Amino acid sequence: MRIALKNGTVVTDKLSVCNLIIDNGKITEITDEVPQTDKEIDCSGKIIVPGLIDMHTHLREPGQEYKETLLSGSEAAVAGGVTTLCCMANANPVTDDSALAAWIVKRGKEIGLADILPYACVTKGMAGKELTEMGILLQSGVCGFSDDGKPIISGEVMRRALEYSKYFGSYIACHEEEPTLSDKGVMHEGAVSANCGLRGIPTEAESVMIARDIELARLTGGRAHICHVSGSRSVELIRRGKADGINITSEVTPNHLTLTDKACADYDTASKVNPPLRAETDRQTLIAALKDGVIDCVASDHAPHHKDDKFMEYDHAAFGMLGLQLLIPLLTAQIHAGAYNWVDFARFTSENPAKILGLTNKGRLNKGFDADITVIDPVTEYIYDEKVNRSKSVNTPFWGKTLKGRAVLTIKNGKTVFEI
Amino acid sequence: MKNFLSTKDLTKEEILNIFDLADTFRELNTRGVKKAPALAGKTVINLFFENSTRTRTSFEIAEKRLSADSINFSVAVSSAQKGETLIDTVHNLESMKADIFVIRHECSGAVKFVADNTPVPVINAGDGLNEHPTQSMLDIYTIRRAKNRLEGLNVTIMGDISHSRVARSNIWAMKTMGMNVRLFGPPTVMPNDVTSFGCKICKNIDEALDDADALIILRIQRERQGELLIPSAREYARFFGVMPHHFVKMKKDSLILHPGPINRGVEISSHAADSDKSAILEQVENGVAIRMAILCMVDKGIKA
Ligand SMILES: [Zn+2]
Repeated sequence: MRIALKNGTVVTDKLSVCNLIIDNGKITEITDEVPQTDKEIDCSGKIIVPGLIDMHTHLREPGQEYKETLLSGSEAAVAGGVTTLCCMANANPVTDDSALAAWIVKRGKEIGLADILPYACVTKGMAGKELTEMGILLQSGVCGFSDDGKPIISGEVMRRALEYSKYFGSYIACHEEEPTLSDKGVMHEGAVSANCGLRGIPTEAESVMIARDIELARLTGGRAHICHVSGSRSVELIRRGKADGINITSEVTPNHLTLTDKACADYDTASKVNPPLRAETDRQTLIAALKDGVIDCVASDHAPHHKDDKFMEYDHAAFGMLGLQLLIPLLTAQIHAGAYNWVDFARFTSENPAKILGLTNKGRLNKGFDADITVIDPVTEYIYDEKVNRSKSVNTPFWGKTLKGRAVLTIKNGKTVFEI
Repeated sequence: MKNFLSTKDLTKEEILNIFDLADTFRELNTRGVKKAPALAGKTVINLFFENSTRTRTSFEIAEKRLSADSINFSVAVSSAQKGETLIDTVHNLESMKADIFVIRHECSGAVKFVADNTPVPVINAGDGLNEHPTQSMLDIYTIRRAKNRLEGLNVTIMGDISHSRVARSNIWAMKTMGMNVRLFGPPTVMPNDVTSFGCKICKNIDEALDDADALIILRIQRERQGELLIPSAREYARFFGVMPHHFVKMKKDSLILHPGPINRGVEISSHAADSDKSAILEQVENGVAIRMAILCMVDKGIKA
């Protein structure tokens, strides 16, 4: 079927109000003409971007289906304009085995909403000791390797992981945390933690590990992708590493671009996340670093938790926040605030993740590329509540808040997978 | 007030009202029959998720002197160890028609969390590293009784500031009362962003003692905060403790306070603890009167 998305603002290297034509699951034309089609969808006033590619989610299946499943996670993804998502390996059991990896890929196809690309563990059992069968895992469809949720404590293990994954052209996605520095911390260490008596996690818990891994990437020539960068010093180290030509990429979450440690001051456990929400100066640094390319992309680090895992003492509550349905509104807010434009948006959320993941035919609204397309209403306000939310969980500081910027139509391989 | 959780939002007037009421109870406590009917027929539950014989006993005496039915529910005999959540425990006790909860908990913010989720009035008897507001009230009350004023007095809080709820509650309340708060302690137990407290940070013990009208000496708990942060008791005593030779540099009428229990020879020498500058036992005495006052105010829902 030939479909025309008419009169939307199509985001490529520039913005142009025109018609985007989809045929047989591919983008066939971007044109000012009105060609003959089977179906026309009016997109006037809407922004048309390449389907979002979210490199960092936790979908909790297998093992914690009461928090999220591959199905509910996929529903939240497409409602958030995400057409491709990577899920981290720290489910139960962890994804360190090719059969499980292949099952996740297959289950994603059955669900048929978004492509689910599993990460596999770097180490067997995520125990930080022995490397997984990276070659076999790649053949079964994993997108890369990560022990995310936990840092790789041993420098030797990280070195060998970078060396070995390089052989297969893959990479290591690094959760950067020096555990003796983060210790019993539950929030950013700074003025707010000093004042509210919660134990702090210094930004250096992140940056010292980033420094190590940049050095190891240099030593090995392997590729390190730094997950959820949170602090100014981390940004500075990545900037220097990139300037030195070292093979590193990085991501930031929409939550860290938007919120600061002030959100923790009244012990609201929705604000508890790892790495923690940092100070305003860190947030400003992250915003600028994303714009100038030191940080390559935005990834949600969608981390659903059941109400019971959050309804308790701050010290004991689970770390993590929802993210899949916040990518668009929180970045739209940055666009409205003047930090970014829609071309930046498409680069952060689709083009750069596609490059990092090595996905061909995705990441841009190019003729001949897969018709993974998200249509965004950037202006209508809505409340993030149970009617909007598609995740099984509700753990977000934005619950009940008024947001602006939302996917109104999500197309995957030419098929509508979400619309309102 | 419905709850007494923090000194952060207390106004000067509210604090003075507590002190006025405490004055009357302090007088009552010196009589032969130390009993007032204020809380007769009321059930007060002392819900202690962390051991503290001292604070719990002080509250218990205060409650009994106000004729309340006082119940102690402590973690050793509680269901918290059986995996019951904090709020489930609270709801259980609520169903037994408790009128006031006095709560001590090892987690910062946990007492506020309870207060947000129960209709029963809550008094914070210490939450994690965060606050110990009744202790702060009795400290300031003790200073005022000795000095007859608060405005402009120099107070140095000495010791483990990072992990001290006594320090935090005192910093907020003392600043409200117009006192000059200075902080002193080993760098390993000063918060990273300590300037955000808006207090002077003393470089050495001489600066800490200089012109001080009162010293709040915090208890050093090496066993709790880890041996890492404070190398040894004798090292602490030598560089951070208040020793006899310091007395010559101190103001004649300076006051020494300590929330107890004291470690003689560590943060405080016996010479200092037993000297006429020491108000440590008076603090304990005043603590009962202050807690009686706060219990009454919370019970009546009176704006302090
Ligand atoms: Zn992580």
